[in-house]
Amino acid sequence: MTTLVKPQDLVVPGQLLAKGDYRCGDGTYKEQQEVFASVVGIAKVKGNLIFVVALQGRYNPKPRDIVIGKIIEITMNGWLVDISSAYPAMLTVMHALSRRDATRASDDLRRWYDVGDTVIAEIVAADRTRDPLLTTRGRGLGKCRGGTIIKITPTRVPRLIGRKGSMISMLKSELKCDIVVGQNGIVWIKGDPNHTVIAIEAIRQIEREAHTSGLTDRVREVIIMKLSDKRR
Amino acid sequence: MNETDSVDKVKLFDEKGLRLDGRRVDELRPFKLEVGSLSRADGSAYIEHGRNKILAAVYGPRELHPRHRAIADRALLRVTYRMGTFSVGERKRPAPSRREHEISMVIRQALEPMLFLEMYPRAAIDVFIQVLEADGGSRCASTTVASVALANAGIPMRGLVTGVAVGKAGGKLLVDLSDLEDKVGEADVPIAMAFGRGKYTLLQMDGKLSKDELAKSLEMIEGAIEKIYEKQQHVLREGFIQIREEIGESEEPSSEDEGDGPDTEIPGADTESTESD
Repeated sequence: MTTLVKPQDLVVPGQLLAKGDYRCGDGTYKEQQEVFASVVGIAKVKGNLIFVVALQGRYNPKPRDIVIGKIIEITMNGWLVDISSAYPAMLTVMHALSRRDATRASDDLRRWYDVGDTVIAEIVAADRTRDPLLTTRGRGLGKCRGGTIIKITPTRVPRLIGRKGSMISMLKSELKCDIVVGQNGIVWIKGDPNHTVIAIEAIRQIEREAHTSGLTDRVREVIIMKLSDKRR
Repeated sequence: MNETDSVDKVKLFDEKGLRLDGRRVDELRPFKLEVGSLSRADGSAYIEHGRNKILAAVYGPRELHPRHRAIADRALLRVTYRMGTFSVGERKRPAPSRREHEISMVIRQALEPMLFLEMYPRAAIDVFIQVLEADGGSRCASTTVASVALANAGIPMRGLVTGVAVGKAGGKLLVDLSDLEDKVGEADVPIAMAFGRGKYTLLQMDGKLSKDELAKSLEMIEGAIEKIYEKQQHVLREGFIQIREEIGESEEPSSEDEGDGPDTEIPGADTESTESD
């Protein structure tokens, strides 16, 4: 068993990562005892598991993910939502409204969500055979009212959230903004306009520097600097 | 055409045995490769290879329209190779030609075996290749950029595909034929290969080569393909390395803010403080 990459190495598709009895995680594949990268990303080794954290790519829906999407169509029994993945997501009346509302929903679904509305939703089911299903019943889910929407590369979302939410909670507390990060790379920010601007700049920096280390501290410094500039 | 009469008169080599542009028989034309040239595509790349100037854009995996073309167990790869009306000496008529359709198909078949299309059932991956200026070996250069654009789009693949043509002109085997060598020469053999994995994905032959000559050609081309392959790998990493250097990152990765990785599952967005509908 030999590893041919150092942790944190930038790898490209087809690059040989290791030889021998390794388990291969995301962003890798195995052929005849050799592990190769399948995407551009950062190689990581944990025990005998090798995986590559992708740096580019579209969002792939996973159950229990929180996503932010846009209503694109109203159907007989619900809504079609664009979650910027390869598949449109279904939001059914059953998964969107309370039981009491659902019984009288057939009159006009636009009363709840209209085409063009932005919703925060959770993915209920997603598998290879059908389009993902969403729900907006739950704490913090539902229509976005006001605020600002920005898009980032979905592969960098984990970095924006940080370990146990460290990055995002730092942003929220420093800037006193409401920030919701969808796993599909759509971010909703609501707060003081000046702070929102700083938040967007910070998120852009995190997106750009996602593959570097020591990011939380660097971003915090920048924010504190910008905040004190504003006060002056 | 009276061009054919003049074929024998065209001098392809100088006294030292060098080609018209001063290259040795196994030498590549100068080339330049760039990624992320288009901001609105999911992935993109640009190549200049000899006088070829080619842009590739990748969109997807995305919803497939028309729906009936969807494949239940994998994504549909669509490659469109188009030449600008201004890409050749005499204005090319804008309607898609037989040649463009053929090359689109050939490039698709050169890329397809290297992609994990089964990861995106029912979806579409679109590759658009726009030739801004055409020279010899444009299908090979197109395969090279398309492959980089796909990697730039984050589409999982077994390896990068690199294309170079080899052929015979003026009685000699030549690597990376120019437009003139291709037109005047006896044979043109476009080759695309997943160099890192040692697999050929495209091999065409226009003209005649003996069995031995073909074997020799495949040997000759290896160095050229490797050179382009290295460049492909390099440009894909380049941007990220630059950002790391800007920041002056230390070699030692700190674990304090590592929030990524498939096995360290991150709880979804923190939505506690969001107002509910």
